[in-house]
Amino acid sequence: MSIEKKPTAPSLEPFKKKLEVIQRRSFLKKSLSIGALSLLSGCTLKDEDAVDKILWAMSQWNDRVQSFLFSPDKLAKTYTEAEITNPFPFNAYYEEIFAPIVDGENYRLALSGKIEDKKSRSLEDLRLLPQISQITRHVCVEGWSAVGKWGGVPFHLFLQYIGADITAKYVGFQCADKYWTSIDMQTALHPQTLLVLDFPGKSGETKYGFPLKVRIPTKLGFKNPKFVTEIFVTNDNPGGYWEKQGYNWFSGS
Amino acid sequence: MLQKTPSNRTINHRRIIHPLFVRITHWINAYAAIAMLMSGMRIYNASPLFEFKFPAELTLGGWLAGALSWHFAVMWLLVINGIAYLLYGIFSGHFIRKMLNIGAISAYRNIKLEMKYLLLHGTGEYNVIQRLLYVLVIWDVVLLFFSGLALWKPVQFQRIADFMGGYEQARYIHFYGMVILGLFILIHVSIAFAVKGTIKSMFTGRLTKSQIAKLERN
Repeated sequence: MSIEKKPTAPSLEPFKKKLEVIQRRSFLKKSLSIGALSLLSGCTLKDEDAVDKILWAMSQWNDRVQSFLFSPDKLAKTYTEAEITNPFPFNAYYEEIFAPIVDGENYRLALSGKIEDKKSRSLEDLRLLPQISQITRHVCVEGWSAVGKWGGVPFHLFLQYIGADITAKYVGFQCADKYWTSIDMQTALHPQTLLVLDFPGKSGETKYGFPLKVRIPTKLGFKNPKFVTEIFVTNDNPGGYWEKQGYNWFSGS
Repeated sequence: MLQKTPSNRTINHRRIIHPLFVRITHWINAYAAIAMLMSGMRIYNASPLFEFKFPAELTLGGWLAGALSWHFAVMWLLVINGIAYLLYGIFSGHFIRKMLNIGAISAYRNIKLEMKYLLLHGTGEYNVIQRLLYVLVIWDVVLLFFSGLALWKPVQFQRIADFMGGYEQARYIHFYGMVILGLFILIHVSIAFAVKGTIKSMFTGRLTKSQIAKLERN
């Protein structure tokens, strides 16, 4: 008879890093259709990873190019009330019925990272700041576009007000629907980037991001987070929900 | 030019009918254009402009993010290669010699010759239909490039977007440009397969034996 060791619970811990890499890459695996293979004459299935790497590297190169093309004072076109798309399309990574409903009265915006005044803010606090409204075109990564009206605090004023370190590279957003995304500081400081308190749709309609959204007319739709619960400033690129699956990070327009 | 070459054509069978530069840029372009077309169809499917989608088997990328990654990676290849080809075409005289003699006068003067050689392929000379199609497709790619810029950067390249009639209209222009490119590829590839030797000579640059035999019969 031999002495049995006490069995330990199996753990994924040692593989965690590898699993993450696999997850991150899975989209590009999917992207390797037969069509792609037939184009890569001379390449075998084993080169799948090489193709992934090239596409990721090109996406990062495109981030740099877009950052270079971005001009801090070039304004997105604005439209008239008559040009507003009505009803404004709802779009998220889930169906409309799953859109979170956040209690505005007890809502507090959390602040973290390279920010001097990290006190959380209520909607009332944010209403005390200067408000503007603008009508701009929302361009979705899928191709469609819609004109909408958003109102709120110019984001650069807000960053100034909370004492954000504007020499930092990134501003990240966490949302009530578990969505997250991040933008570059120069886009955050763009005069049309808006901390949104007034939304499209009928009054009382919350699905467009109530109580807080960030509207960025110089970026594709998915870079405009809704139901924002936390804003943070950092030097490490936080990525985002879609970005980590393979959508281009900068996604400027 | 066609009019002065029927006799010259058979002088040197070993001569290069497709310059090396044209051959290299042609095959890079073939890869890039097809990859752009296939990934473009997948991007179209994410938000179709009309009541149809392209069959998934014809598309590249697997899903929208994959298709966009392909499209925005291969666009560099298409543009850099395209610029190299255009510069070569302009400065080497390739365009003037082989394509831009579409003019009414030259067509009128050489109408008989043109009729005789209308569909003659594999001589290194472009027949009149080829010339028309090649000039058309070059302008089509230029149109795809600018409408593509308008879609990629409607704010930063606002002037181009305005010139295209705005973001939404640029989508239609880019789409029709893709249709023209797709039709061109269909015609171009079917003829290349139908006329013996043309594909081989696009690699070797030289006439094949069957082409030489055919030319000598003429």
